[in-house]
Amino acid sequence: MVPVSVVFTRESVPLDDQEKLPFTVVHEREIPLKYKMKIKCRFQKAYRRALDYEEEALSLGSMQEAETMLAEPQEQAEGSLTVYVISEHSSLLPQDMMSYIGPKRTAVVRGIMHREAFNIIGRRIIQVAQAMSLTEDVLAAALADHLPEDKWSSDKRRPLKSSLGYEITFSLLNPDPKSHDVHWDIKGAVRRYVQPFLNALSVAGNFSVDSQILYYAVLGVNPRFNPASSSYYLAAHSLPHVINPVESRLGSSAASLYPVLNFLLYVPELAHSPLYIQDKDGAPVATNAFHSPRWGGIMVYNVDPKAYNASELPVRVEVDMVRVMEVFLAQLRLLFGIAQPQVPPKCLFSRPKSEGLMTWELDRLLWARSVENLATATTTLTSLAQLLGKISNIVIKDDVASEVYRAVAAVQKAAEELASGHLASAFVASQEAVTSSERAFFDPSLLHLLYFPDDQKFAIYIPLFLPMAVPILLSLVKIFLESRKSWKKPEKTD
Amino acid sequence: MAATSYCSRAVAPLAGLLLLSFGSLATSQIEEQAEQFFRSGHTNNWAVLVCTSRFWFNYRHVANTLSVYRSVKRLGIPDSHIVLMLADDMACNPRNPKPATVFSHKNMELNVYGDDVEVDYRSYEVTVENFLRVLTGRIPPSTPRSKRLLSDDRSNILIYMTGHGGNGFLKFQDSEEITNIELADAFEQMWQKRRYNELLFIIDTCQGASMYERFYSPNIMALASSQVGEDSLSHQPDPAIGVHLMDRYTFYVLEFLEEINPASQTNMNDLFQVCPKSLCVSTPGHRTDLFQRDPKNVLITDFFGSVRKVEITTETISLQTDLGILESSGHTWKLLVP
Repeated sequence: MVPVSVVFTRESVPLDDQEKLPFTVVHEREIPLKYKMKIKCRFQKAYRRALDYEEEALSLGSMQEAETMLAEPQEQAEGSLTVYVISEHSSLLPQDMMSYIGPKRTAVVRGIMHREAFNIIGRRIIQVAQAMSLTEDVLAAALADHLPEDKWSSDKRRPLKSSLGYEITFSLLNPDPKSHDVHWDIKGAVRRYVQPFLNALSVAGNFSVDSQILYYAVLGVNPRFNPASSSYYLAAHSLPHVINPVESRLGSSAASLYPVLNFLLYVPELAHSPLYIQDKDGAPVATNAFHSPRWGGIMVYNVDPKAYNASELPVRVEVDMVRVMEVFLAQLRLLFGIAQPQVPPKCLFSRPKSEGLMTWELDRLLWARSVENLATATTTLTSLAQLLGKISNIVIKDDVASEVYRAVAAVQKAAEELASGHLASAFVASQEAVTSSERAFFDPSLLHLLYFPDDQKFAIYIPLFLPMAVPILLSLVKIFLESRKSWKKPEKTD
Repeated sequence: MAATSYCSRAVAPLAGLLLLSFGSLATSQIEEQAEQFFRSGHTNNWAVLVCTSRFWFNYRHVANTLSVYRSVKRLGIPDSHIVLMLADDMACNPRNPKPATVFSHKNMELNVYGDDVEVDYRSYEVTVENFLRVLTGRIPPSTPRSKRLLSDDRSNILIYMTGHGGNGFLKFQDSEEITNIELADAFEQMWQKRRYNELLFIIDTCQGASMYERFYSPNIMALASSQVGEDSLSHQPDPAIGVHLMDRYTFYVLEFLEEINPASQTNMNDLFQVCPKSLCVSTPGHRTDLFQRDPKNVLITDFFGSVRKVEITTETISLQTDLGILESSGHTWKLLVP
């Protein structure tokens, strides 16, 4: 459930409608999944009148000032939204824009002086709220496994699966150290640009960042020469083969089992400079970078030709980290699944803050991840139960049993918290559910190696017991015959 | 009258042109959809290569596995994504006249042992239990990363097994065996936990087809070197080394794979035709009923190579601290004056 509080300023709706404030409206939608399962999406809108400072803020001239004034008093809980409804003729938004979505879980919607004001505004609010929190595609991407089969969209396959932590590796590839002496201030760049982004995302998992420089590492594809622009290019269809030869040299941390995201910066050799990446239509790509889902991204950094004039080889190259980090952060966002939301028409967006992540985008990620975690935990527990039902001679140890209990309790808690709209605690509970269920399912003691088909049972036990059984049976028969003889004897002597 | 006939004559080619343009638009859309539909949905590749025999006279099984390992590495799968289980007692065996080598071809053309073989489970670690642990993921926490199969729901896995087998079982290291039901159950557990997207199972043993009879999990394609009741035969003995160097089925599969490069579009139907009865003496079999896509749309590189899906990065984040406001009209973005 998404809690939305809707704040009405003085001239936004007709007066008699204003009399009805405050009240609450609930808007529900069901999304069907596989196996006759459904998910209910509820938006709880609490309507109220604007407080004085809010009226003041919303009558200011520009959006930035309004936001700074509104942001001061309270920090909103994760998962909740506040929508301000301003009057139809307000100049806060440009004239033809109906709504605006801000960087910190706030939005502004234009009001209307109409009899059905609440219904119309209610619909607009729902559109904005859906863009900021949950839509069908967000849930579809999270539950890609569990939805009916229509998975042919790259958006749904691109993001990483939810995990407790991630490793991010930045690598600088210098295939030609004789010509280029490349330096990059990766520590500073990470501290200034990447770390704030990761701190904003820290709720979603633990991140560890490392970097390396590889020399004499070439791409797997030979670039072709384009005489028209006297530059080299990599065609779009050869890009998939670029990654493999490099990957074996990248190395990965032996100790951690978290998924790894690799970001490579390639400085082409002197013989192949400048090097551009072409898209399908043959036009050079502006960012000169490409990414691969669930793996990472590669960017080609061309050395400024002016650097060659003055000095002799090797030329010292200082990498412009701002340009590089812009691309890498964009790729990181895409790989994490922070996709562009479906915006309602005529809606203004604010640019992401300097961290590169808007708070409601984080909320969207958390909603999707919580749902995904819950689904994974429930399927794991169900398949564990099925496994035990089928193979009856597996022994469940006590610690496995306690993990299962913990997982079930966490699933229930996460579902409750999601239903009541507490996103942060729901996410934590869902992560705990996944870890406990995985620990129970993957416990090494559950390995079943005890398959005994019936004919093998006979084949094993008959040679063992039959030779023993024969003298036993014979002696039993003998005893029986003798005892029968001893009963008959008294009759005979009589 | 003349006017109407003139009109109709003009309209007909116009209508024809319109229909043609619509048709071409529709077909190009359908083509694109069809292309997307038939492409596999995987993002990474794994390979589990198992040789289940030990001792000098089973040289050919180790050579089989190492040759498949070489091909798979050549086509792009890195060592970190290959789990290689070998008894590994050939190269340094006292009976090996050419130490530190394992050859797969007569006249010692190809040393498949090479300098960069990375064996993950060697010698006595190749047991049924370890194999099942690798597949199902039930590994003790102290196992290093290179010994784990860290696949996810978007991985295509190639599983190759070779050794001595019989009707319904495969012998491991001359001391234990794995049955086809255990294997089918292990695959089902992998499916339950979504540890694979598609699985290709190749087995080169006697009566190999019995090992895939019992599979019941979806998205599995299986190939075997011989049917139930038939023996798989070895290819050629080498007089210098003194043992048979390879098995026939794997030999012809390797000849087939040598012509594949990472960009080739050869599909699985060609792999099914490899090694007909005239060359192999046994009848290779395959099973595709559990597989969702049509084999002629499945590329060889979907399993043997590692062709990544890539997308061009078209947007960047601006790291300057101005707060410009973007406008959305449909899906295009325009920057307003900050």
